[in-house]
Amino acid sequence: MDGIKFVLNSKEVCYTGSAADRLLDVLRDTYDMKSVKCGCKEGECGACAVLLDGVLVNSCCVAAGAVEGSEITTVEGFRETEQFKVLSNAFAGLSAVQCGFCIPGMVMAAQALLSANPHPTDDEIREGLSGNLCRCTGYNAIVNAVKNAAKEGEGLW
Amino acid sequence: MREICRSIKKKDHDPKIEGRSRYLADYNLTDSGREILCGKLLRSQYARARVKGVELPDMPDGYIYVDASDIPGDNNVNIVLDDTPVFARETVEYIGEPIGMIVGPDEKEVSRLISETKVDYEALEPMTDLRKADKAFFNYEFGHGDVEKAFAEADRVFEEEFTTGYQEQAYLEVQGMMAEPEDDGKMYVHGSLQCPYYVHGALARAMGTGPDGVHIYQDVTGGGFGGKEDYPSILGCQVAVAAKKANAPVRCYFDRREDMEFTPKRHPSLCRYKMAVKDGRVTAVDCDVIFDAGAYSTLSAVVLQRGIIAAPGIYDIPNVHVTGRALKTNTVPCGAYRGFGAPQTFFAVEMMMSHIAQALGEDILEFKAKHYVKQGDKTSTNGLYHFPVPIPAMVDEVDELSDLRRKHKEYSKPQSGRYRRGIGLSTYFHGAGFTGSGERDIIKAVAKLHKYPDGTVEVLASNSDIGQGVRTTFPKIVAHELNIPLEKVYYDHPDTARVPDSGPTVASRSLMTVGELLRRAAIKLRNIWVEGEEQEVEEHYKEPDFMIPFYLDRFEGDAYPTYAWGVNAIEVEVDTYTGVTNILGAYASFDVGTPVDYNIVMGQMEGGFLQGIGYASIEKMDYDKNGKIWNRSFTDYLIPTAVDVPELKVTLHVEEYPDGPYGAKGAGELPLVGAAPAFVAAVEQALGGAEKHPLHSAPFNAEDVISELNKEVK
Repeated sequence: MDGIKFVLNSKEVCYTGSAADRLLDVLRDTYDMKSVKCGCKEGECGACAVLLDGVLVNSCCVAAGAVEGSEITTVEGFRETEQFKVLSNAFAGLSAVQCGFCIPGMVMAAQALLSANPHPTDDEIREGLSGNLCRCTGYNAIVNAVKNAAKEGEGLW
Repeated sequence: MREICRSIKKKDHDPKIEGRSRYLADYNLTDSGREILCGKLLRSQYARARVKGVELPDMPDGYIYVDASDIPGDNNVNIVLDDTPVFARETVEYIGEPIGMIVGPDEKEVSRLISETKVDYEALEPMTDLRKADKAFFNYEFGHGDVEKAFAEADRVFEEEFTTGYQEQAYLEVQGMMAEPEDDGKMYVHGSLQCPYYVHGALARAMGTGPDGVHIYQDVTGGGFGGKEDYPSILGCQVAVAAKKANAPVRCYFDRREDMEFTPKRHPSLCRYKMAVKDGRVTAVDCDVIFDAGAYSTLSAVVLQRGIIAAPGIYDIPNVHVTGRALKTNTVPCGAYRGFGAPQTFFAVEMMMSHIAQALGEDILEFKAKHYVKQGDKTSTNGLYHFPVPIPAMVDEVDELSDLRRKHKEYSKPQSGRYRRGIGLSTYFHGAGFTGSGERDIIKAVAKLHKYPDGTVEVLASNSDIGQGVRTTFPKIVAHELNIPLEKVYYDHPDTARVPDSGPTVASRSLMTVGELLRRAAIKLRNIWVEGEEQEVEEHYKEPDFMIPFYLDRFEGDAYPTYAWGVNAIEVEVDTYTGVTNILGAYASFDVGTPVDYNIVMGQMEGGFLQGIGYASIEKMDYDKNGKIWNRSFTDYLIPTAVDVPELKVTLHVEEYPDGPYGAKGAGELPLVGAAPAFVAAVEQALGGAEKHPLHSAPFNAEDVISELNKEVK
């Protein structure tokens, strides 16, 4: 069958809609990945961030056609991992989740950061999360949660 | 700290971080068994015009147009006054005002139909200049002492004018509401909102059904900050009218640009202050506070009240005269935003006091300190500060965090070179809970606990968790009093069909006021607890005995039972070549009484403080002479990211409030209120002080620094 073949959370899928559709809409509407949030639809807020072959991207700025042959990870897939559990515990320990709308994107950003740099400094964490807006927390709790996760999850990344 | 302060895992942590929480946009199109129709608003292109007609394109089957003629009840959204329409009346009053709504199954098709609809306007002259605006929605005046005499006898008189801009709440989840007609003829309205019973009151009236014909549910809400206080009432009425006509569920949620441009924000302000000084002390303040209300009055009355009550700051000034007006302009109506009028006047009074100190050659910190109010002093409205005022101790705490006093002296010496530093201080309060007698006379909060035979207890209240954590802290209080595990107590999102009206989620009141009702209810339940039985208890709000009755007609009495206190210091380095201001440190001590969960309260303090820093520095939004807002995306309206500030250094100072649960008092708004004067004072000091560069406006961004420095060149 014609379509855009990619791996979504470890499962092979074939999207038969337009190659010009936004990945954000495809993930939410066709594959029901509702962890992927729409905060601005123009690449500014990071609420729709997912991993594309391990790299953090804003799915609102990716065309469906661009993911042919790639691997996409959203929180629906990531939440099954040990790394997620460590991050979630670290966020919980500092009550770093308030309204929650930025959080799935934020968690994917943390995962991208720790995968590339398992022992980040505070400044590197802030840089790594700087594409993800949070209006609730002032970022302290999130930055410290990622720092704690890196410590607790030593060896996982 | 007390046992209750110990942080626990938030009850909504797992579903939120796992992406399982369902926000309004996450309902699938057929979740309710029926197709959800998409609604989009037809908006005015003019700031002021008579609408002569609407010409629709050919409407495909299943697509309908809805406007004011379809409203079953009143075309008035029940807010404070009656002026806000559900859909436009004969005229439109601002760019973006909803004229009607097109609904149908396919979102893209609805958008096409909206773009092809032609509206016939007769343009009218709009008012888009606050300085010329003359229609006052609200006009207040109060004071005490003999201001005229104090000015006549003054050694010196200072007069200055201060302005502040819009601030957009910028919650990460945009506004959205949905209405579903139910089989029994009732209308079910739900969405992203703060105040279920406000929406309920508005719906009952617009739908003409009375209170039993509608019920309101709060979905998981991605932030509010005031922005979802009044607006969901308006959007809720619009989707309900459409759902009634379509006899199908209708959902409307905005895109970011639509949300930024057309939903309420913080009121821009223009404050004129005059102060008299005699023997080195401020003896009188006379100030005129103007808020830009926008096209409809919405919440401007109460926002203005809070603003003008705070106008003299936390200073003991014997003679006070305050006037305040909320003026109509043909721009988007302003509404509630964390701080609710107080950030504007605290900006003005803090800058004013700092400027006077500099003009008198006094140290700013010491000059402020000798004017601080203390316990037992009168408030601006002849009420009393009934409880200790911990400001001096809190200044010491901030000094310890920031080295404020030493840096302040160091940076006040003449600086040269490209990079220059400054540190600014602000000291302020936030009145806890509703202004005046609103809690006693209007809200009359009721909260319940329902115990099931298996021993689980449900909290029944109407306060919404919008991120601030009441789904965790309410059960925490109840479990604590009942001495049962926290897992046995839960608090679901409120549905007005099931919960009593414990009031709106506003005014930093939920934990202090409703939390206390729940604490008392839990004690009641504990005393009658019978194993295995279903039981219910109820508590009603009682005004604390010590309060001096407040009279709004003359602004007399205790406007608030108690106050949360804040001290902020912000340290900056200004690049005088680019104008960019780098924040080196942001420090604060906040007294919100006992934190009923330390992490949750610290999250409120840090998050609010950063919103305040944004308001002070980079969050600039304005409209052009046609009333069109320039900054309507995250590209044009910047909010702070994780790299825009270093770690915020916040400490809690605890003055327990006897009428709040375990000593807690209002918390949510306080941390935003003082950031602007601290930041702008810091920039002012870096630029050489008020003698060279007196600053009078917030936000103050890189462009403002450059234009201020250009004045020096002349």
